[in-house]
Amino acid sequence: MGVGIEVINLNAWYGTNHTLQDINLNIPANHVTALIGPSGCGKSTFVRCLNRMHETNPIARVTGTVLIGDLDIYEDANPVEIRRRVGMVFQRPNPFPTMSIYDNVAAGLKLNGYRNHRALDEIVEKSLKNSALWDEVKDDLKKKSGASLSGGQQQRLCIARALAVDPEVLLMDEPASALDPVSTAKIEDLIFQLKSQYTIVIVTHNMQQAARVAEKTGFFLNGRMVEFDSTHKIFTNPSDKRTEDYITGRFG
Amino acid sequence: MRARIRTLTDGTATGLAVLSTILVVAPLVAIFIYLIYKGASSLSWAFFTRNPVPVGEMGGGMANAIVGSAILLTVASLIGVPVGISGGIFLAEYGRGTKLANAIRFTADVLNGVPSIVMGIAAYSLVVVPQGHFSAFSGGVALGIMMIPTVCRTTEEMLLMVPNAVREAALALGVPNWRSVLAITVRTASPGIITGCMLAFARVAGETAPLIFTAFGNVGWSGKLSEPIAALPLQIYVYALSPYDDWHRLAWAGSLVLIVLIVFSVALVRYVTSRGVLKGAS
Amino acid sequence: MTRIRFQQSLEDLKEQLLVMAGLAEQAIQRAIEAYRVRDLSICDLVSRSEIAINRLEREIDQAALDLLAMEQPMAIDLRFILSVIKINADLERVGDAAKSISDRVRNMEQMAVADLPVDIPRMASLAAEMVRKSLQSFIEGDADMARNVLTMDDAVDAMNRAAYKALTKVMEEQSHLAPQALNALMISRALERVADHATNIAEDVIFWVQGADVRHHKSLKTAPDPHAMG
Repeated sequence: MGVGIEVINLNAWYGTNHTLQDINLNIPANHVTALIGPSGCGKSTFVRCLNRMHETNPIARVTGTVLIGDLDIYEDANPVEIRRRVGMVFQRPNPFPTMSIYDNVAAGLKLNGYRNHRALDEIVEKSLKNSALWDEVKDDLKKKSGASLSGGQQQRLCIARALAVDPEVLLMDEPASALDPVSTAKIEDLIFQLKSQYTIVIVTHNMQQAARVAEKTGFFLNGRMVEFDSTHKIFTNPSDKRTEDYITGRFG
Repeated sequence: MRARIRTLTDGTATGLAVLSTILVVAPLVAIFIYLIYKGASSLSWAFFTRNPVPVGEMGGGMANAIVGSAILLTVASLIGVPVGISGGIFLAEYGRGTKLANAIRFTADVLNGVPSIVMGIAAYSLVVVPQGHFSAFSGGVALGIMMIPTVCRTTEEMLLMVPNAVREAALALGVPNWRSVLAITVRTASPGIITGCMLAFARVAGETAPLIFTAFGNVGWSGKLSEPIAALPLQIYVYALSPYDDWHRLAWAGSLVLIVLIVFSVALVRYVTSRGVLKGAS
Repeated sequence: MTRIRFQQSLEDLKEQLLVMAGLAEQAIQRAIEAYRVRDLSICDLVSRSEIAINRLEREIDQAALDLLAMEQPMAIDLRFILSVIKINADLERVGDAAKSISDRVRNMEQMAVADLPVDIPRMASLAAEMVRKSLQSFIEGDADMARNVLTMDDAVDAMNRAAYKALTKVMEEQSHLAPQALNALMISRALERVADHATNIAEDVIFWVQGADVRHHKSLKTAPDPHAMG
């Protein structure tokens, strides 16, 4: 099951660049929340603050509070623990190139010392089924490498890999932007099915995608969150003029 | 008309490239052929199984030198490979951009340029003098230190070539950084790293000068690492400088064997490791 | 400003709709004039403009459909195109009502002039004013003006009910005037429909400009009218 995320006065910097300013936000559990905004508005940075990947950059800095469920992820936990509870799928599919499909999916578990092989088989199968890839690869699990799949399949493999560690939250940073329309549609259907088990946050450039998959949408601009409301409201009658100008394409 | 000029230019460039390749490969091939010509006739079962015999006697061999080289190279690898790889990992994964990393890199490059005879003298002062005798160990040390820069720099470059996306994928799964470095990044770069090790290996396999004051050579078998040991390049050197025809022939044979063994080792390692890497990886 | 071509397309769509609006308004004016002066040639004009109105309705719907499919409009742009489609339909009905009135006028041409206790011209001018105002609110994107139109509908409805009462009484008591009375009743009904369409147009303007759906807001205020006939 997913958990809700509460963000309180989040600020983030890259060196001297104040990338995120005073972000306050409540992401509901077991819903899909989309984050939209023009390039450089900070939405990717924001998402990387939710699983403490932002700080892997040596010049990055964060202040504020992020609560995942009841856990303050900056005060009460270390990054490695958090990243096991908050999974991430990246814009460009990045399966481990030297590993088979099976090993890719199992990587998160194996690399953390998981040894139970029979259970691993089950987990791999379940994850691949959950990411709608099982039927396409079930005969080649250990024979084919992760990198030999098509783009859309690779991305679903990355989703399976993220799901295998059983996170509560799934962060997706423009997951379909490198994919063709059919693969994109498959990923979107997948997101719809997954939300009953996970809380999903998706960053997207594609407003129609946000409109299709998300219940709530947040509009970021210049490091601030301008408006956060139901997707329906944002796309039919947003409250803020800047939001409206962005989604109607008058700028951005 | 312009298309014709372009085709002509293209053909010329290709021709020059082929010519350059031939010019580069030709000396290697020539040496090889010459070695076969001069040395093959002296190869015999005795060469591989018998130790050197005093001047005048026939039927000596270089068995102990072959084994000795193998032992020296093993010791050298045990020193050079771990240190080199660790250094490379530090430079690429932990110390990027730090002053310490720059210092290490600079030191490695300098070390690389040190003449091998000087390396031998250094090992002499550091190991032979305190121990009071020549030894296989000191020879291994000298060769090992010579391996470090190549292994280190190649490891660093290969690791830097691993796309950042792969590292991020591992970190995002909640894998601790050290484990991600070893299990993912190093593993991804391993073919290149192994090549680096083989390059270093091939280079020091033929080094003679450092062994003169360290391994020193031995006409018989060495029992322990603390004893002087024979080595193929060293033996070839000694025989080649001698005034005896018999020994000259053995030197030619030894040279041929040395090159063949190096090529064989590299090929063997390549074969063994390529079986481990998955087919179909792009 | 980006999407200039799209913004231009929206402007063009608005222009097209206004052309059609002009024709519909003109048709009503002509139909009322024909009734007032009993001139059959004006009825012919109304019939011809009906053809143009129907053609424009198809064209506007097609243009709107294309914009929806090709441009993925959002928020206010989406609401605008939706309003255009709906106003389009209402304007076409206004044209139909005008034709209906002119048909009644033709019918009444054969009959004797009767002095009926209904003020058709006043009802007509009110209905025409509602149409004009709702279209003005569309041109200017003025939601307040549109709300104003909504309040005018009650008066027209009241006049229609009064006309029904008066004319049925005429048909009962002066049965020789029944044909004229019947025609007058149908004209009254047509005018009431015109007023309703003007109301719809005003509601669509409010939806476009403010994103508020104010339709059927009166249905809870008054009890169902037994005299409101279909």
